[in-house]
Amino acid sequence: MAKSPMKERPLSPHLSIYKPMLTMTMSIVHRITGMGLYFGMALFVWWLFSAAHSQSYFDFVQGFIGSWFGRLALFGFTWALVHHALGGMRHLLWDTGRGFDLVKIEWMARATIAGSVILTLLIWIAAYAAR
Amino acid sequence: MSMRTPLSKVRGLGSAKSGTEHFWHQRLTAIANIPLVIFLAWFCVSKVGADRAEMAEALANPLVALMLVFTIISITWHMRLGMQVVIEDYIHGEGSKLICLLGNTFFSLAVALTGLFAVLKISFGG
Repeated sequence: MAKSPMKERPLSPHLSIYKPMLTMTMSIVHRITGMGLYFGMALFVWWLFSAAHSQSYFDFVQGFIGSWFGRLALFGFTWALVHHALGGMRHLLWDTGRGFDLVKIEWMARATIAGSVILTLLIWIAAYAAR
Repeated sequence: MSMRTPLSKVRGLGSAKSGTEHFWHQRLTAIANIPLVIFLAWFCVSKVGADRAEMAEALANPLVALMLVFTIISITWHMRLGMQVVIEDYIHGEGSKLICLLGNTFFSLAVALTGLFAVLKISFGG
């Protein structure tokens, strides 16, 4: 690839100069949950692969995922799924040009936090009840 | 005064020729993912700690297997697009950026194909 003639130009000030706000934190959390889910999907597929592989390999992987630590990580994974989905729904609303006034933005940020915890717990209760 | 040619203006693709598609696929998969992640979370929690026969029984149901196929395709496509944006935002060196973008594609494809193969193999009878 040809090296483009890049000059050292000043970059616009980044995160460090702003006072932390809820909406800004939500934006960062959206990105972090997205990246966590990126690698979480590899674990999910590893689990499926072990079931396709053999009894002994499945027992090894399920032993890890079924442990208290594995279930804690799974809780984090499912919470991140729900949080990222709710955050994404806010973005879909913003894509239509709606929901930009400060009161609504603040309200939606709070609803995303509360909703992500409540929905995740509901999914766990429903899944355990159906076992 | 614009330096762009009339043909370039009519095409309306900009200089990269592909930004709209990235944006659109991100939204398309985002919408698809809303019900799919609920299913995914429910599936994982309901099968955590289950034995292999239970997994096989669940995936023998074609609806469950199909939902997993949809989920894996939509999520891996979405996560590749998302990680691409993160890489483009934070990796500034041209060489390292290219390597990360390649790695992103390989990783996402590997996750997708491994997941699909596993689901189909179990679903078709182990």
